[in-house]
Amino acid sequence: MNASADSPPLIAVEDLHTYYGKSHILHGVTLHVGPGEVVGLLGRNGVGKSTTLKTIMGLVRPTEGSVRLAGQPITGLASHKVARLGIGYVPEDRRIFRLLTVMENLRTGLDREGVTDARKQELLDKVFTYFPVLAERRNQAGGTLSGGEQQMLAIARAMMLEPKIILLDEPTEGLMPRMVSQIRTIVDVLHRDNVAILLVEQNVPLTLEASDRVYIMEKGAVRHHAAARDLKVNDAVIHQYLGV
Amino acid sequence: MELTAILYAIPWDLIVIQTVNGIVTGMILALIASGLTLIFGIMDVVNFAHGELFMLGAYIGVVVLATTGNFWLALLIATLVVALLGAAIQIATLRPLLGRDPLTTILATFGVSLILQNYALWQFGPVARKIHEPFSGHFTLFHLEYPWYRLVIAGLSAAIIGGFWMFLKYGKYGIWIRATTQDRVMAQAMGIPVPLVHTAAFAIGAGMAAASGVLFGPLVGVNHTMGLDWVLKAFIVVVVGGMGNLGGSIAAAIFISLLEAYASIWVSPAQAVIVSFIVLILTLLFRPTGLFVPTPK
Amino acid sequence: MTTAPLDKPIPLKRSRLSHNAVFWIGFGVVMALLVIAPLVLPEFWRRFLTEVLIWGLLAMSSDLLIGYTGMVSFGHSAFFGLGMYGAAAALLMFSPPSLWLALAFGLVASAVIALFVAYFSTRLRDIYFAITTLIFSQIFYVIIFTWTEVTGGENGLNFRRPPLAIPGLFSVPFNSETLHWFVLAVVAASYLILRRITRSPFGMVLQSIRENEPRTRAIGYPVERYKIVAVMLSGLFAGLAGVLYAIQNRFAAPDFIFFLVSGEAVIFNVIGGIGTLVGPIVGAGFFQLMRELLGRLFGDQFPYLIPLGVVFIVMIIFLPQGLLGFARRWLNR
Repeated sequence: MNASADSPPLIAVEDLHTYYGKSHILHGVTLHVGPGEVVGLLGRNGVGKSTTLKTIMGLVRPTEGSVRLAGQPITGLASHKVARLGIGYVPEDRRIFRLLTVMENLRTGLDREGVTDARKQELLDKVFTYFPVLAERRNQAGGTLSGGEQQMLAIARAMMLEPKIILLDEPTEGLMPRMVSQIRTIVDVLHRDNVAILLVEQNVPLTLEASDRVYIMEKGAVRHHAAARDLKVNDAVIHQYLGV
Repeated sequence: MELTAILYAIPWDLIVIQTVNGIVTGMILALIASGLTLIFGIMDVVNFAHGELFMLGAYIGVVVLATTGNFWLALLIATLVVALLGAAIQIATLRPLLGRDPLTTILATFGVSLILQNYALWQFGPVARKIHEPFSGHFTLFHLEYPWYRLVIAGLSAAIIGGFWMFLKYGKYGIWIRATTQDRVMAQAMGIPVPLVHTAAFAIGAGMAAASGVLFGPLVGVNHTMGLDWVLKAFIVVVVGGMGNLGGSIAAAIFISLLEAYASIWVSPAQAVIVSFIVLILTLLFRPTGLFVPTPK
Repeated sequence: MTTAPLDKPIPLKRSRLSHNAVFWIGFGVVMALLVIAPLVLPEFWRRFLTEVLIWGLLAMSSDLLIGYTGMVSFGHSAFFGLGMYGAAAALLMFSPPSLWLALAFGLVASAVIALFVAYFSTRLRDIYFAITTLIFSQIFYVIIFTWTEVTGGENGLNFRRPPLAIPGLFSVPFNSETLHWFVLAVVAASYLILRRITRSPFGMVLQSIRENEPRTRAIGYPVERYKIVAVMLSGLFAGLAGVLYAIQNRFAAPDFIFFLVSGEAVIFNVIGGIGTLVGPIVGAGFFQLMRELLGRLFGDQFPYLIPLGVVFIVMIIFLPQGLLGFARRWLNR
């Protein structure tokens, strides 16, 4: 299902096993994301979706298995190097820097080597166009923003890294329906910019609409894998694994 | 009538003198405490060796002053050398302990402090040394000839702290430090090289301690135990001010120094330190997050 | 519990018995060695061994807090010092000097101080607890250092060693051997008591606090009260060590209250192995032995704390289980 069968997928996760202390959370997760693809990752609470993202990002070390970025192994690499290689991360509960201003939050991703001032301004302008409310509040502390605004800031901040892929962990959680559709729009925008997305979500309709392909996890491993449009038609699998 | 009698009995001249003394000491203490609170805030490490970095700074100042005769050069070199030493200590002893029980870092820095203290005793001997003031000159404050130098070092400390604050607020690396302090994990996820930031922060804290040592040298004798007294005071200041809270530490430093200075009017300085102990105990009982920090709801 | 097949003996009971037997055999052997030691060792090493036992007791008391409850305390010097000064008070105030009064005064003094310190510090989490106990040590240091009329200030107090006496029955002055045996008896008894405590339900709760305090609290244990009792017990045994030290050396000085003494006890703990009770004594022995050897090899002025400090740090990083833990792992191979 990749665009080209010869070039390696952007992200290739192979047989990942991860533990939290003694708990065996991931039991051999395998998945791929192609360049520019939007891939959904569904599953009930606690099956290991967030842990998969964290392992890719280097925030958690796997005991077995591998993670490759465009063919290069990055398993166990320090997170800051993973980020610099082009993977952006938007965690559950946003985790923006509450005591930094919106602008300073963006700067954590913007102040990189090899980025000209002109380019920085371009990136800022782009982000402020898509998130005008961030432009308004640019000098306010992150902690004073509403939940939805913080979510936008978290995504905008990751965009500042100009990543090849963004890992989105439950971006719609706790958001009002109006904001949910905004997230959908952002996913489309990123898709148009050829940024791949690995989307972990509980919101099934959104995921099926936005994604090209979907993986379904249960008990720490991938149990099902299909194109999104197939799942929209044949949703018995969804009921089976998610009880929705 | 009673009021004027009381007013006459209060030793106003001593109070004013002690106020000045308190502020001077407070600024130096604030400089030491800033480094300590920076280190704690960013990497959750209680740096027991901080007093010894202060002490080593003073000794290096003595050595450089003896060879070059230039106080300001001594200040600069001591700060740089101890900053580098701090980086080395952090890499050798604290990096391996990352992710372990935070109490191990207390023990490790305690071990470092013993090593540094005994090294100083071994190299320099037990007799106190003196750093001479870079310039003399007094002005008359009541019945005292008050040295200008003291005001200058208070001003310098304030300048260093102010410069540091500006760096934190506006510089790119300042943002890195602040982001790492708030959320180490997300800072890494944003590409900030957190291990390097930790080392740099420790080095900065160490440098600030060393600078205090040189600035303070002319006021007290330089000897291998000077770190012990000051690290204790610095800990009290950091706890009272709110651990990790830069503004709080500075306010607490001046507050405690003033109280001790006033207490010295009536009791001996050795006993005046009990004042700071009392302040600490009261803070821990009633406002454990820090006297100058609004209590979280 | 699964039922074993009837024809095979159930191994559980047998191994538990032999484990206990191993302990007592080992204990007996060590005790025998320590009892014979003063008879064969020259005077210097006799005193050395006695002092190692005393420091070992101090470190054991500290281990109760660090190893079993997970609280790093720098306050032991206060308890140790006040036990010392308490004993000094008894030995100076009453004539003829009484061993039992010295013990009583010393233990009461350290217990009271321990209660005082515990009340303020135990409500705080780890780092603040460590700093607060440190500050308390320093408070007592300052008080004793400056209150010269009562405590002798900087110079401390000198007094006579009391005889081993049971009033009305006999009175025998201590000599080097009998003092060693007395100290050995006290330290051994303390060790057995502490061992009993750590294996009791109370001790189990302490360890549960060390492993996961919020969960212990959530289960319903009054964690603060357990901590206070732990600090008091710890303080009591530290005070006992102080009394023994006073009797051995016939002086009390404020230096022993300075927090560095607590720090040394913690070093013994880490080197020997925290959470083992025996470890601290081994650590104390190792430390003092190294200090003696380094002094003999390189001269009195050699800063022995530099290499020992390095050893300490290296052990924290690479051998957190201490010498005992290392030996245990090595034997298990």
